[in-house]
This record gives sequence, C-alpha cells and structure tokens, in this order.
Amino acid sequence: MADLVSHPDEVKVVSRRFGQGAANLDRYLELDGYKAVQKALSIGPDAVINEMKASNLRGRGGAGFPTGMKWSFVPKQAPKPKYVLCNGDESEPGTCKDRLILEHDPHSVIEGVVVAGIAVGSHTGYIYIRGEYRYLSEIMQKALADAYARGFLGKNIFGSGYDFDVYWHGGAGAYEVGEESALMESLEGKRGVPRIRPPFPAVVGLWGGPTVINNVETLASVPHIMLGGGEWYASLGTPKNGGTRLFCLSGHVAKPGVYELPLGYNLKKMIFEVGGGIRDGNKLKAVTPGGSSTPVLKADECDVGMDFDQLMKAGSMLGSGGVVVLDDTTCMVKYLQRIMMFYQHESCGWCIPCREGTDWLKKTLNRFHAGGGVEKDIGNIQYLAENMLGRTFCPLGDAAAMPAISIVKKYRNEFEDHLNGRPCPLEAKALEAVPA
Amino acid sequence: MPDVNITVDGKKLAVPAGTLLIEACKSVGIEVPSFCYYPGLSLQGACRMCLVKIEKMPKLQTACTTVVTEGMVVSTEIDEVRQARKAMLELLLANHPLDCPVCDAGGECELQDMTFSYGAAESKLIDIKNHKDEQQWSPVVYFDRPRCIMCYRCVRICGEGMDVWALGTANRGSAQLIMPNHSDYLECEECGMCIDICPVGALTSGAYRYKTRPWEMKHVGTVCTHCADGCKTTLGVRRSPTGMQIVRGDNRDKSGINGDFLCIKGRYAFDFASHDHRIQQPLIRREGRHVPASYDQAYEHIALRLKEIREQHGGHAIGVIGSTRTSNEESYLLQKFARLLLGTNNIDHHRTADFPSFAGALARKKDATASMRDVFNAPAILLIGNDPTEQHPLLAWQIRNNVRLHRARLYVVNSSPIKLRRQAASFTQIPAGSEPQLAAFLAGDDSAANALASGEITREALAALRDKLRGEPNLIIIFGSELRGSSIDSLVRFGAAISGAKFVCLGDYANSRGAADMGLYPDLLPGYVPVGSGARFHEEWGAPVPTEPGMNLLQMVDAAKAGRLKALYIVGANPVARYNLDPFALSKTFIVAHDMFLTETALLAEVILPAANAYEKSGTFTNTCGDLQLLKKAGDITTVKSDFEMLLRVADRLGFDLRQLVPFRQAERADLGQSRGAQSGEADRHAIWLEAHGLEPKLSPFDPIAMLDEIQRLVPGYDVSRVELLAGNDQHTSIEAGVASSIASQPELILPANDTLFTSGTLGRYSRTLNSVIENPRRAPADKADREVVV
Repeated sequence: MADLVSHPDEVKVVSRRFGQGAANLDRYLELDGYKAVQKALSIGPDAVINEMKASNLRGRGGAGFPTGMKWSFVPKQAPKPKYVLCNGDESEPGTCKDRLILEHDPHSVIEGVVVAGIAVGSHTGYIYIRGEYRYLSEIMQKALADAYARGFLGKNIFGSGYDFDVYWHGGAGAYEVGEESALMESLEGKRGVPRIRPPFPAVVGLWGGPTVINNVETLASVPHIMLGGGEWYASLGTPKNGGTRLFCLSGHVAKPGVYELPLGYNLKKMIFEVGGGIRDGNKLKAVTPGGSSTPVLKADECDVGMDFDQLMKAGSMLGSGGVVVLDDTTCMVKYLQRIMMFYQHESCGWCIPCREGTDWLKKTLNRFHAGGGVEKDIGNIQYLAENMLGRTFCPLGDAAAMPAISIVKKYRNEFEDHLNGRPCPLEAKALEAVPA
Repeated sequence: MPDVNITVDGKKLAVPAGTLLIEACKSVGIEVPSFCYYPGLSLQGACRMCLVKIEKMPKLQTACTTVVTEGMVVSTEIDEVRQARKAMLELLLANHPLDCPVCDAGGECELQDMTFSYGAAESKLIDIKNHKDEQQWSPVVYFDRPRCIMCYRCVRICGEGMDVWALGTANRGSAQLIMPNHSDYLECEECGMCIDICPVGALTSGAYRYKTRPWEMKHVGTVCTHCADGCKTTLGVRRSPTGMQIVRGDNRDKSGINGDFLCIKGRYAFDFASHDHRIQQPLIRREGRHVPASYDQAYEHIALRLKEIREQHGGHAIGVIGSTRTSNEESYLLQKFARLLLGTNNIDHHRTADFPSFAGALARKKDATASMRDVFNAPAILLIGNDPTEQHPLLAWQIRNNVRLHRARLYVVNSSPIKLRRQAASFTQIPAGSEPQLAAFLAGDDSAANALASGEITREALAALRDKLRGEPNLIIIFGSELRGSSIDSLVRFGAAISGAKFVCLGDYANSRGAADMGLYPDLLPGYVPVGSGARFHEEWGAPVPTEPGMNLLQMVDAAKAGRLKALYIVGANPVARYNLDPFALSKTFIVAHDMFLTETALLAEVILPAANAYEKSGTFTNTCGDLQLLKKAGDITTVKSDFEMLLRVADRLGFDLRQLVPFRQAERADLGQSRGAQSGEADRHAIWLEAHGLEPKLSPFDPIAMLDEIQRLVPGYDVSRVELLAGNDQHTSIEAGVASSIASQPELILPANDTLFTSGTLGRYSRTLNSVIENPRRAPADKADREVVV
C-alpha cells in the first residue's frame, strides 16, 4: 500500500476519493458513487460522447488520443459483440498512478467502463490488471462482486433494461501487453504480441468485435466528467488538454509521490515546489517527463508546461505522467543502461529492430559503462536507436529508442568520459567519498 | 470493384482494390524485399524489410500489410528506404552466426541474397553473439537456433497450411525461439515444409544436411513416384560412380500443381533408389538359385522361353501384370507388347480404384473430371470416403487451403472422423461400408437412408445434406475406393443434376490412373475402349490382336495353379504380397519380373531384370485427377535400364519389328543406339538442339516421347498441348470413351493400398527415411499418435 502525499496546488478530481475508504461500496455511494452511470443511462449514448468530446480528455495511457473521438469511432451497428477494455497493465517505469486508483477507488474504474459501454452500445467490459498487481486484483474482484450484488452490474442495471457485465483479468507479467492490441491477444489467451493495425480496435478488436480500450486513469476520469460536465473538466487544463492528471513524481526529489495537477502545470514548479526540490541540496541534472520511454529534458529545458502539446514542442512527451527527476550524482550512461535493461527484457521479440536493437543496445551499454567502451560505441548506440525509431511493429521500439537518442545527444560528454577503459567517473567519485 | 490507381517509383499502375502494396509492386517488377511476408499465409509485419515511403505518412510503412488506396504514391528506392533495409539486415546479421560456408542454405539463402542486394556486409557491433546449441527435432528436422531470423514462416505453414500446429514461439525478446510441440522434439506429419519455407538455414533436413553444396547439384523437376496426387518435386542430383545419386528432394520449383506443398514421401522418400538391396544386374535362376547374368543372356533366355510357350500353347497361356508406378508410355507399350506381340489379353495390374466404372458413368459427359488445381479453387467440395490427409496429402492440402483462403464449403461423409472434418462445413459419419447406400441416397433412393441413419445422423439430416449439395453449383465430388461399380453410376447421376459438378476418383499409386487409362485390363484397351471395339487401335497397329477379353489377375493365378497359364510377365508389381497369393500357385509358371528389389514376387521369377525407377526415366504420369505431367530423368544409373528399353530389347530378341511397337521416325531399321555414336555428330548436334528447345528428338525407339505420340493420337482424352507438357506444366486429360464393362469392375480385384503418410506400398519399405520416422522411438505408436488433435 502506497503512502498518499498532498500539496495545495493539487486539483483533486480522480484522486478525490483517495484515502477515504471508497473501495467500500457504501462509502463510494456516499461519495456520489454510481451516479454517473445513472446519468449516462438517462442522457443516452450520443450525449455521453458529446460530453466526452467537450471535456478534451486525452488518453492517460501515454499516447494522448482524445477519448471522446475514440469512442465515436465505434460503429453503431456491428455483427459481433462490442467490448470495453480497461487497460490496467501499468508497467512503464516511473509510472504508478493506476495502482492508486485501483487501490483507493476501484468502483470509479468500473463506473467508467460501464459509461463507456453505454456510450458505444457494448454489454461487456474487461478490466485487465497487470500480473504484478495481484493485491489490486483482489480489491477489484471484491468491488465487482459488490457491484453485482447490488444490481449495478449484470442484467437490467439500475432497472434501466440495459445489461452490462464486467470481468477482471490478470496479466502474466509483460510490459508489452500494455500495448492495446497485445493486451487483446493476451486477454484472448494468446501470446502477448501486438496485432497489425489497421484495423484498429474500434472496428476489429477483442475477438474481432469493435472494442474501446482505455487506460485506468482515463476511465476513472469519466464519472467525474459525467457529473461535472465536459466543459467544467476542460476548463481545468489548457486548450485541447482537458482536466487534471496524476503525475508520478519520483527520483531525486525531497517529496516523491503521486500528485494530481492540472494539465499544463509547470514542470520546474512541480519539481521545486510540489516535490520539495532536489534531495540533499543537490543540483537538478535531467528529467524524464512522462515515463522512462520519453526523451529526457536537461535542467535548463524544464521550464515547460506539462501537457501533451507543450512537451511535444519541447522535444519530449507527456506519456504516462511518470516524472523521473535525476540530480547531478546520476551517471546518464548508467541511467540509459538501466532503462535499456528493462526494454531488452520486455521486448516481446516479434519484430527485428526491437528484438535485436534492444539486445545490442543493452550489450553495448553494459560493456561501455563497465569501462570496456570504444569510441565507435557512442555512434553505434545512436545508430541502433535511430534505426529502431519509427520502424518497429509497435511503439515499444520507439519507447526504447527515444531515451537513448536523447541521452546520447544531450549528454555525449558523459559518454566520452567513460571511454578508454576508464570506469564511470561518477562512480569513481562516489567511491572516493567512502571513508577508508 | 474498380481498380485502384497508385504510383510506385514514378510508375503508374492500376491494381484490383484490396491488393497488398507488396504484391502491387511485384506486379510491375519492383522488388520489395521481405522475410516474413509469404503469399497465402497470414500477415506478420515482423521483419520490417518491406518498409517503403508512402507520401503523406510520416513513418515508413510495411508494404506487406498496407492495402493500396486510390492515389497512393510510393517510393521504394529512396535513400531513407534503402537505409532502413540495410539497418534491418545489419540487425539480423548481428546475431546471425555467419557460418555460411558450412550452412546447408548457403547459396540458396534469402538472407545472403538480401545482404548481397542491399548491403550490410560489415558489422559495426563488437559484442558476443547469442548462442544456443543445435537440436534434432525428428529424424528429418534439425533446428539451428542462432541462424533463425524469426520470420514465423515455419509456424504458419505448419499451422495454417498443414493444420498440424506443431510449431510455435517460446520465450520473449532476444531469447525468443521457435519451439516444437514436445519442447525438444517434434511429433508431426514430417512433411518438411518448415524446412523448405525457411529463408535461412535454421531448419535443415536430416536427409540432406551437410551432404553437398546446392550449386554442385543438378536440379531436376519431375513428378513424385509415391501417391497418386502427382506433386512436382525437384530432385537435387549429383554424379556418382554408378552414374548419379539423388541427394535431395524439395519443391523449389513451385510452378507445379502442388505449389508450396510436398509431403514426407515427396521430399525424403527418394532414398529407396540408393538402397543397398537394389538389384544391380539381371538374375537368372539356375538349379534353384538366382545367379547374375548379362543383359544379353537374360533377354535371350526370356525370348527363347516366351517364343517356345507361345508356339506350343498359344498367347492365351501367357499373362502380363503391369505396374502402377511405370510411366504411361511403359504401360501403353506393355499392353501393346502383350496384345500385339504375345497375342494375349491376359493383362492386369493392381487396381486401387474402379476407374473403368468411373469412365463408364462419365461416358459422353464433357469436362466432368476435376483437376488437382480445380480442387483448390472450387466453391464447394463433397468428399466421400478415403482419408486424404494420410493417403492423398496434396489433395488434403488443396482442400484445406481452399477452405482457408477461398472459404470453400467442404462436406465430408466418412465412416471415420477423418482429420479433414476440421475444415468441413458439415461432417456426416456413416456406418463403415455404407458408402454405396449413401451414393444411392444422394441419387434419390430414399430407402437407402435406413442403412445410414444412426444417432445424430437422422434421415432429416441426410435429406438436408442432400438438398444443400444440390444447391451447390460447381461442386467437386471426390470419392475413394469405397465406391465402386453401380455406386459410381448413382453418384454421377446425382452430380449430373448439379450444374458444373465435377468428379475425382481416388486411386492410390503414382500412376494408378495412368495404368487404367493405358489399358492394363484384360477387357479394355487404352482409354477404356473394349477389346472388341478397338478398330482404331487395330488399324494403327496393323496386325490382328485378340478381341476376346483375357483373364484378370486372380484368374491368371488360378490358371497358373491349374497349369493352364505357362508364363507370367510381371513389370514393377508385387501381386504376391499385395494380394497375399500362395507362392506355390506360381511354381510351375515361367515368370519374368522387372523390379528394383527382390520382392516376394520377384523371388519367384526365373529371370529378373533390374529396373529403373520413375526418377531414372523420362515419360509421363497421370495423377488420380487425370492431370498429365512430364517425368524428367534425373540421370542414368549404369546398372539398371528402364522398363521401356527392356521390353523393347525382349521384343527385338523375339524378332519383332520395333517400329510396329514404337512409332519412332527416321532410320529404316530398328536403331538400337548405333546411330547416336561419335560418327553421327550431325544427328547428335541436332538432337542436342532439339532437347535444348524442349522438342523431342524421337530418333530412337527408346525415346518414350515417340510412344507418347501414339498415345496422344489414339487414347481418347489425351490430346493435350504437347508444348505445355514439355514445358513442365500439368495438362488435364479427360475421360471420353468410357463404356461400362462387366469384367473390368470386379470389385474384389480392387484393393486399396491403405498407405499412411509414412508408407508407400512395397517401395516404401526400402526408404530409410520413412522407416526412420516409423521407428522413431520418440514417436507415439501409430495407434496412439496424436495426429487427431482435439480442437
């Protein structure tokens, strides 16, 4: 169980019920629970989708695709059943927001799934929870059982005549399955590798049926939009970047934790005010603004508003909201090596550039950081990463390539310092400081 | 739908809507490289070699998964694309062992070819490659993990193509590998398609590995000599002290009726040809023992005895048994030899299907037989009896993939739950032996349903099936040897009411259909013409031939036992084993046998002539559908001769004018090869030129093409394009002159081979590869084999 943190700048929407025992259904109902579903049932699918479009809610999984638009792509009539999937395979290093939602407010996710179902005319939802979140699966199972017991799920929900079933499904421990089509493969009981797109899930998804798939945080935001209205939600953020989001502030800050801040919140302010500044009085060196896959920002690039568009302009991405702060004791080579270890381990192996690229990047970086580097390695790392970028079957290749490219570009001097058999200079310095 | 207009590298082209970009490019000769894309298999988008630039798209796109859209502008040769390809190859080669000098695929490796074309020969990377030891998965399949480039072709051909699903992927990332169904060994149909389709040398053949380099072989595209489906198989041939050695069989020439397909027999079971037990020289029995003799002595001995018997007892005291594995020309020559030269109609062969009744039922129907290619394209198929997965692997492939790729509707009626039911729109299990009643029921006899209905198969269900089939235009009706005689008539009557319906009658051996078509029957001349009405043959042959039907195979044996049949001339057949004959019944008979091995039958012979097999001769084969194909000689073996030549040599010794047997041109007198010597340089050069241009020289009676001339002239339905045939293409013959004959369709003479995927009559016993698979200790016993995977 994670400790909760707070800061006055926070705008609590999704995190509103955190720490209030809302996993208990009665408590949840006291906190306006399941009102959104009833509203959605009364206003009908078109109005729901319009409300979602007005909210400017963009997918919180990482790609930031407008949610209302995604829902509107699902055909009204389909020969096969339609599905709503909740993507709870939260695995991006530096990201830990969905787990708080699933722990503190599981019913909001269920509600979001049901509302999405009403919007697209589906009668079945699945909540896919990553394998490592076993304790959250238990919470979710209980929440689902409670909701069924009250008639909030199943046949004729809220006496509306509308049927809706929600199931949970556990992952088997694969980062790749966070990719939507791989998640569907996994849910169908197959090996978790992505599918060819098009067709996109909205047309051909789970078991060939039209499918809406959204991140946990996205779906958990839906009930609040239903109740507060799309315009209200949009007004919380910046243009085209509606609402708030959970930022997972981690790394070398004094007060790490998950903070809910409006989109567009200044990154520098987030680090120095919300996060309480850099630990031990060290200096800021770099920030990974949206999960380990996003390009790093140097200290002087951090005066930027945290929304999809401003970060894009700054050469990075908002991604999954995992803000990793690095201070000046960090060896960027080692940081990249650690990231690459993750991506190499998590590559599903389906396509050549990701499978081979991550493996060779890892091998090269391991040797390089250990002092076995040669000059051409620096170019090779960049070359490998650049040849993965945009050429892999799914975005995982890009996820591994982007940090590599940005780190080599921005911290090339650190790579050069590792050359010629010298071990990592920062580690050497750290060793000197240890008393004999 | 109207065509879609696109531009590729500045070329404008119109292609049908729905075409994949990679195919559109191919259609105008623009190569977009790929490993994982394979026509007819599901799309992967995994190898990323086919990345191309499409205007208005920020990233490069895979041409193999992109469907053309109107106005699409594509570049395949710009620097960005070239660079991407090169980088992809660099990544592939980074972990590739580069053991090309000892790799079986060296010289025919797609990775080598791509590296040659797109360049990435120098590696920038210096770390150690991942390694994993080689595994033997089965007697015929080896897997070398480091060479694997993960294109998943093997997984798909095994699953989607073969419906075997024995291969899959295990592990993730760089540790990912292809894994067989028993994790370290494979239990499957051993078709070897995974080896053939592997673009590199990751999957190699147990029969071929480390034997030779591909460029040291001659590649001969011929027809497989095992089952009756007639797959084109390419033999890799090397010189050897005895003339030639076949080292490999595969289907690198995919133009045949089998396309990508080849089963274990076509791919590996050529090895009977080099079996130690092969007879190396003629044998004559003297004082109870077979002793080696020269060909001259053997011919002389045969001629003397046959002449003596014919003169003393007449032609009817001599019987002839032909083969289901000799060429059409040889079968035709054999029956001509029997009728014209020996003066007997006592001629028969091992019958595996009732082709005469089939011909009789189809009399005067045009285009009523389906070719093997038709089976792949028909909108609907009815399969009655047989188990094609075991007995007709190509037919099963055609049916399966027609269902998969063209959504054909398959109706299976069988007494066992055969594997093809998995592709079937409807499977009807009927009691064993009730197939004739089914035919009668289909033809409208409702009372026949009594014998069929049981359990779930109600009379209503049967009636519904019949109604459904009646509403399937262009239905192909395929039936096994369960249906004979009048049942075939019933079935054909049923089919006649369906517009465009066609038939396939399933025989069992490589040229069973040819043996039937060429008149190896006591009462039928070639083309199912009754012996009494063969005017056009008599005219052509220019000599009287007996017009009374002769004895069939079993009658001949009885007559031999009774002492009435004095001589039996057996070419490439083993009736003693097949019909379980009492060998002593033949002890008083003078027997001549042409064979490769000392079979149960050959052992009884007084003279044994060592015969060439179908891989060692030219000629034609007709598969069970009636598709005529050219046999191409892989090479000559010094120790054996073709049945064609041996028959003619015997005829010559009997003092017969060979021109009456074989209508070869040129030369006044029988030319036994003298004119082809060094002195006749001009003729030789001419012959070489003719051969190089695929034209037949026909300079000698030993050229079977001369016999084909006569076959095409006289045998109804064989008048097909010679040019196509010589080019190696299959030509569908038709059955035209059938007349139902009471003698020819004696059902007790029809004896299905009941071969499995791993057996092939007498021949199969001499294949080390087939035996190694059958005897593989890791394989479940045949009766427990999980070939029937539960789905």
